[in-house]
Amino acid sequence: MTSELAPSPLKLANKRSNEDRLFRGVTRGAGLATFVILALIGVFLFIEALPAFRSQGWRFLTNTGWQTTGAHPQFGVLSALSGSIIIAVIGLIIAIPVSISCALFINEYAPDTLLRFIPFKNFLTAAVDLMAAVPSIIYGMWGFFILQPHMVGLEKWLSTFFGSLGIFQNTSGAYTSSFFIAGTIVGIMCMPIITSLCREVFSLTPSGEREGAMSLGASRARVIRDVVFPFSKGGMIGSIMLGLGRALGEAIAVAIIIALAFPLNFHVVQAGGNSIAALIALQWGAGGNLGTSALLAAGLVLFILTLIINMIASRIVNASKMAGR
Amino acid sequence: MTNEENMTEVLTGETDRRVASSATASPTSLRVDGVTAAELHAKGVHAWFGERMVLENVDLVMERTKVTALIGPSGCGKSTFLRILNRMHEIVPGASLAGSVDLDGEDIYDPNQRAATIRRHIGMVFQRPNPFPAMSVRDNVLAGLRFNRIKSKHKDEIIEEALTKAGLWSEVRDRLKDMGGALSGGQQQRLCIARALAVKPAVLLMDEPCSALDPGSTLRIEQTVKEIAHEVTVVIVTHNMQQAQRVSDKTAFFLSQDGNPGYIVETGKTEDIFARPQDPRTADYVQGRFG
Ligand SMILES: Nc1ncnc2c1ncn2[C@@H]1O[C@H](COP(=O)(O)OP(=O)(O)OP(=O)(O)O)[C@@H](O)[C@H]1O
Ligand SMILES: [Mg+2]
Repeated sequence: MTSELAPSPLKLANKRSNEDRLFRGVTRGAGLATFVILALIGVFLFIEALPAFRSQGWRFLTNTGWQTTGAHPQFGVLSALSGSIIIAVIGLIIAIPVSISCALFINEYAPDTLLRFIPFKNFLTAAVDLMAAVPSIIYGMWGFFILQPHMVGLEKWLSTFFGSLGIFQNTSGAYTSSFFIAGTIVGIMCMPIITSLCREVFSLTPSGEREGAMSLGASRARVIRDVVFPFSKGGMIGSIMLGLGRALGEAIAVAIIIALAFPLNFHVVQAGGNSIAALIALQWGAGGNLGTSALLAAGLVLFILTLIINMIASRIVNASKMAGR
Repeated sequence: MTNEENMTEVLTGETDRRVASSATASPTSLRVDGVTAAELHAKGVHAWFGERMVLENVDLVMERTKVTALIGPSGCGKSTFLRILNRMHEIVPGASLAGSVDLDGEDIYDPNQRAATIRRHIGMVFQRPNPFPAMSVRDNVLAGLRFNRIKSKHKDEIIEEALTKAGLWSEVRDRLKDMGGALSGGQQQRLCIARALAVKPAVLLMDEPCSALDPGSTLRIEQTVKEIAHEVTVVIVTHNMQQAQRVSDKTAFFLSQDGNPGYIVETGKTEDIFARPQDPRTADYVQGRFG
């Protein structure tokens, strides 16, 4: 029970200037616009996907085939969805350690200049950003012609020694065009985003805390572990989520490498796989009206998945901010 | 000294370890076990930021268990000198130095010394309180032990002892789990002192430790400085003439003129520097005529 006498908090109000009001209006409008666009995309996808949903019902989420023509069309997003996730997971497993190490090297260890005149740090930073600017089709072709032949050996080794784990099993003897190769190339494509963002957050670590730790006798590695990482946790998670977004959405590079196969496949070093984005890229225009609708339905699933992931990510980022500061 | 015996008892674990490690270490590694204060001797110290020389030929002996105050106008290189004393200067990109600094006769800039080890023996308190905000008060005090991989069975005793010495124990004894950032500014600064004392440094460097604090916290910290001076050599930078007179045994007056490198004008017993300065510039400064 609240007593009558206890003061209630003031309702704070502020008189705004015209300038302030205008600025507020413009920024609020822009903020709203992103929301509206997002909603419109969702609505568009849903409307266009309706024929596909009507045809398959909930089975769209559990079917694995992709037969969109004929008297008895049967198709579903399951194998493409699982393929997208497998590729993204492989990509992140490769990208996260490399990117974070690279960001740490640039920020903590790399000398400012080499031989007193080469601006080494700036050069590295620029190189990473340049890596992000390379079009994905280039990564795809490079992956297909250069990376793939070199990966086959590693895949054989994995399947020989870890084949009993199931995921590294290879039952067909074909090692090219696999999830593993597609995931690797996607991982390489995620690296610049994650590296660049992580470097940015690492460099924001307050120098007071850094020097405080050093003055207690902390080694560089200690400073990284006990000052830089705790401070950067939120930003690191955010950058990984952005990387994940790219990994899930990557179409062209995956389409070039993967051999589209519709049965559910968890053998990552075996030829054949699937992914929503690659499926859309490869099947676009094929399969008639229902086929197009089915692809848009698959796109909607991908859209919702990325939204959920981003929501979870911002939760995590906020929670770690609360705990941190 | 009973004080020292107490500490040794509390820290039996580490003391043994230190003895063991110093027996096997290379001859150049620091012998100091951290429990006893040491003398710090700067010889011919020069410092540069890039091409610009900011300190020229500074000689100073900071005697064992004494408090040495560094005074002088802003920008004359006091902080730079202080940071040279525990190898923090070299982490600034482009910074360089010449000369040597001996800790009880051992050159801390000897190529065989690890900078991190030096810093553990020569602690530092900064102008702006910088506790680790994401660590609890307890973990802040223990941070130095963790950084140096010092295991101890007596953590609670170490925490209480360090916080007591820093004059903070009574205020935080029930808040050890709170985050370091949740304390007031003055409490944060005393937490930083406790954190520095917990690793048993031989020397404690303090760069204007009270400049961000209220008079009450300032007095507490001055009291702390006087108390810890029995077991650790203290070097303190201050702009406050009264503070220098209250806490220090010895004072060095730094000066840099017209953008030239800073140097020491005069060093002496604090009472002499303030009552009978030899150099007219010192007299002008301590009497507040410039700076
Ligand atoms: N990181 C830096 N890069 C370049 N120059 C610096 C840097 N830090 C200090 N300086 C310069 O070195 C000189 C000495 O600075 P220092 O901080 O040691 O002075 P100070 O005596 O501590 O001054 P204050 O009393 O204001 O703290 C100054 O001229 C300053 O401009
Ligand atoms: Mg200073």
